[in-house]
Amino acid sequence: MRAFAYHQPSEISDAVTLLTSVEDSKVLGGGMTLIPTIKQRLAAPTAVVDLAKVPALKGISDDGETVTIGAMTPHAVVAASPIVQARIPALAQLASEIGDPAVRNRGTLGGSVANNDPSADYPAAVLGLGATIITSAREIAADQFFLGLFETALQPGEIITAIRFPVPLAAGYAKFKAPASRYALVGVFVAKLAGGVRVAVTGAGPGVFRVAAMEQALNGSFEPTSIASIKIDAAGLASDIHAEADYRAHLVTVMAKRAVAAASR
Amino acid sequence: MGQVIGIGAAPKRKEDQRFLTGRGNYVSDIKRPGMTFGVFVRSPHAHAVLRGIDKAAALAAPGVVAVLTGEDVAADGLGSLPCGWGISDAKGVPMKEPPFPMLAQGKVRFVGDMVAFVIAETLEQAKSAAELLSVDYEVLPSVVGVLDAVRPDAPQLFDDVPNNVCCDWELGDKAAVESAFRKAAHVAKLSLVNNRLIGNPMEPRAAIAEYDPGKSHHTLWTTSQFPHVVRFLMSALVLKLPEHKVRVVAPDVGGGFGVKQFHYGEEAVITWAAKRVLRPVKWVADRSEGYLSDRHGRDHVTEAELALDENGKFLALRVKTLANMGGYLSTFGPNIPTNLYAPLLGGVYTTPAIYCNVKVVFTNTVPVDAYRGAGRPEATFVVERIVDVAAAEMGIDRVELRRRNMIPKEAYPYQTPVLVQYDSGDPMGCLDGALVAADVKNFGVRKAESARNGKFRGLGFSTYVEACGLAPSRFAGRLGARGGLYESATVRVHPAGQVTVLIGTHNHGQGHETTFAQIVSDKLGVPFENVDIVFGDTDRVQFGMGTYGSRSLVVGGAALSKAADKVIVKGKKIAAHLLEASEQDIHYESGKFSVAGTDRVKTIEEIAGAAYVPHNYPLEILEPGLEEQAYYDPVNFTYPGGCHIAEVEIDPETGIVTLVNYTAVDDVGTVINPMIVEGQLHGGIVQGVGQALYENAVYDDSSGQLVSGSLMDYCVPRADHLPMMKVATHSTLCTHTPMGVKGCGEVGTIGSPAAVINAVVDALSHLGVTHVDMPATPNRIWRLLQNASLPVAAE
Ligand SMILES: Cc1cc2nc3c(=O)[nH]c(=O)nc-3n(C[C@H](O)[C@H](O)[C@H](O)COP(=O)(O)OP(=O)(O)OC[C@H]3O[C@@H](n4cnc5c(N)ncnc54)[C@H](O)[C@@H]3O)c2cc1C
Repeated sequence: MRAFAYHQPSEISDAVTLLTSVEDSKVLGGGMTLIPTIKQRLAAPTAVVDLAKVPALKGISDDGETVTIGAMTPHAVVAASPIVQARIPALAQLASEIGDPAVRNRGTLGGSVANNDPSADYPAAVLGLGATIITSAREIAADQFFLGLFETALQPGEIITAIRFPVPLAAGYAKFKAPASRYALVGVFVAKLAGGVRVAVTGAGPGVFRVAAMEQALNGSFEPTSIASIKIDAAGLASDIHAEADYRAHLVTVMAKRAVAAASR
Repeated sequence: MGQVIGIGAAPKRKEDQRFLTGRGNYVSDIKRPGMTFGVFVRSPHAHAVLRGIDKAAALAAPGVVAVLTGEDVAADGLGSLPCGWGISDAKGVPMKEPPFPMLAQGKVRFVGDMVAFVIAETLEQAKSAAELLSVDYEVLPSVVGVLDAVRPDAPQLFDDVPNNVCCDWELGDKAAVESAFRKAAHVAKLSLVNNRLIGNPMEPRAAIAEYDPGKSHHTLWTTSQFPHVVRFLMSALVLKLPEHKVRVVAPDVGGGFGVKQFHYGEEAVITWAAKRVLRPVKWVADRSEGYLSDRHGRDHVTEAELALDENGKFLALRVKTLANMGGYLSTFGPNIPTNLYAPLLGGVYTTPAIYCNVKVVFTNTVPVDAYRGAGRPEATFVVERIVDVAAAEMGIDRVELRRRNMIPKEAYPYQTPVLVQYDSGDPMGCLDGALVAADVKNFGVRKAESARNGKFRGLGFSTYVEACGLAPSRFAGRLGARGGLYESATVRVHPAGQVTVLIGTHNHGQGHETTFAQIVSDKLGVPFENVDIVFGDTDRVQFGMGTYGSRSLVVGGAALSKAADKVIVKGKKIAAHLLEASEQDIHYESGKFSVAGTDRVKTIEEIAGAAYVPHNYPLEILEPGLEEQAYYDPVNFTYPGGCHIAEVEIDPETGIVTLVNYTAVDDVGTVINPMIVEGQLHGGIVQGVGQALYENAVYDDSSGQLVSGSLMDYCVPRADHLPMMKVATHSTLCTHTPMGVKGCGEVGTIGSPAAVINAVVDALSHLGVTHVDMPATPNRIWRLLQNASLPVAAE
């Protein structure tokens, strides 16, 4: 770890000012990804702007049609939230399956979504539910937000402040945990919304993606069997020592079926 | 007053008080005045010529104290890291033993090979300077797998090691085996891979060195399982220092599993460096650095053949193995896949003829050495897998085939055709016990239930034996050991009767501070709380070979027991004087010396008092003091064994194997502390299950990079991977150790991989699957199902 300046603003605007005025500065959420990266010298920011003391980034609210979660809400809080459990149980369940207890108590929704790790869980829910990412500057629809491997639509100095999730008619998440890391080797989030079904896949490719063929089939009949024979093309999927691309492709279908089954329970 | 807590009791572990309250003292907790920090620069290439190192930029970086390279090592005339075993081929030609310099010279031979040591005022300064070191590498083609390494066109690691073969070793009567194969009614064949593993002790390796110029004296604190051996090897052979000017301390050590039972280059470099810079130097590895430098384990490719007669009697076993040594010979390296492997191929069976050929092969990978079980899990896996293959092919029940070939209890001592003679055992008793404990009778019901849920269920057996208690020195010497393998203990009874034991083994999780205190409490009749065990410091403990090979209780405990017996012998002499009786009339029992047939008695506390305040004492014939030392060299190995039964459930849709039940009934001889034995079995089994289902050290074939380079990719099993285990002991007593003990540190790791894989194969046998390589990952199982003869029940 190289030395860096440390700031702890209490207003979003102050955080943005710090980020835009100091070159090579980094915003710190729960630090579960950023701190190891700094320790391994893969990142060497000159300043770290910690969002921990910004009250406006916390809290979970329900307006009847959507549930809005502050960016600095840790995974464990989402998992235990009565609002989330009642309105989008699949999201609470997803949060409860991230990493281990230490990670769930430190890692945040905003950090996970901003990081856009190709194996992270939250991006599947954000894309699967068609959520809206609220930032210090604007609102971004999920379909426009995730741009591939660790890439997002966020501009330098832009901070995620909250995410607004539509409350679905039904939703389910099925995760095949990578045995060592516990990230999603393949995770599929399926949501039945007023506007139709969305299916989002994480872990399998270089970034979270939707599966149009499955969405169509599920719009016809929201049953695991409707997608059982839909095969995903292995080309372009990730292949590594844990799972070869064709195995991942197979798992997408298996996990999608399980997500639909979970949504129907 | 505390109580005697003796052999067979299960007190809580003494050492846990300090560990659980954060008061352990590990190497990385130690701070020395004026301490500097060192960082090793390691090769990013698997194989390269070192064309030159430019130190200038690194030396100029802020806070840098020194930058040392292989050239400095050579200029100081230092030796190479020694190998403790010299094996030979069938013609008696010694193994190829290329030098293993403590910092690379001329060439690097694996990713992680040490190139330089950078010392600075702070750790961050050392890291920054290390990044500035300019190393000119000419990258060479590399080879990481044994099959590739022995190909004629393979990259050669050393000019004088043709085909990368260190030794073409063999054991057994080849001709007898061949003739048995000619007569066989059936021959079972099996090709298998024993996967490469990384040890993962909780505490990474670390070292601090300090030099006192006033006394020309070195101190090294290191995370070692055998500090005396480190001192000897490092002083005598590497740094060429007088041994009495070197102190090696291995304080609290957070686990070892073998990883810390070698003399590492880091230890020698840091000791040498501390004298050069005249400041204490500290180095602590992180997990990733450990993965690239801790010695790895296993990594065999094997072909085995078992000859049977028409009734399923084993006639002969023939095994050919290629064993990966990595880039250099580590301390025990070549001993593991040879002497600790082939002699165990008899298993618990009466196989009359066995031949084993092992090619020990260099590759561009981290050196391979002992890891919990070391050679014996590999042997057990071969034997217990091929027995299952033979059973399936001949249509004989797996348990029945085992019974037909098992050594009966009455046949012990049993001489195998591969050197070792088992002194005692009852494999059939262990098997019978395990069959009941595992409720094998009702397995069919459970399998049918799984089938209703779309799952495949399988049951696997492993009836195994191992050799531990390393080692009878004379025997080991004939096999190529270059050192002795005895152990020593001193029992120091203090004037008021408390006891300090100084012992040459090293406790790093095994519970010795408890077990050894129980032995002393039992023998000397002193309260358990009045016994402390001291280890891990060459300035305090006389000598010792350390802890590995399940030897601490078997060899160290025996030395301790002998030393305690000597205390009793001397105590009797003192008692005879004090009680005015003849020595022959003194009766000793649990801390009390009495005159036989009278009520005249002296306690051990009174005896100790008289020994240290010898006012009334036979000074003419007896020295004062009550302290005795014993060295113990075992006459044979010990042979723990048992029966493990694994039950798995496989989800054919995902390929996930879930271990649903696990039962182990083991013969570990006398049990000193049943709680500790149970803990050792649990831990060992978990590591064996890890090998069978999860763990795999993977190198990239073309680049030689370690792909499973961190815990994000190397899967160590966690609590939720495991069922509650049933473990029990069914003991026969070792006939040659003083207390009848056999050792229990490695049995779990040795027995379990075969049990788990046999269960996996059993679950899939209806699909024509006959073997699954380890680890049985979901991807691997799914692939097998894709290729299997029946359609997958996926949809
Ligand atoms: C052992 C381990 C296991 C894990 N397992 C899983 C898993 O199973 N599934 C899973 O999904 N994740 C997993 N994670 C990741 C975890 O969920 C982290 O929380 C997540 O990666 C990042 O969140 P964070 O709050 O810690 O962000 P940080 O580490 O603080 O930041 C990550 C990145 O996001 C940026 N950032 C942070 N907050 C904001 C914001 N509000 N606006 C804009 N940018 C921001 C930072 O600058 C940085 O670039 C695991 C992590 C670890 C260490």
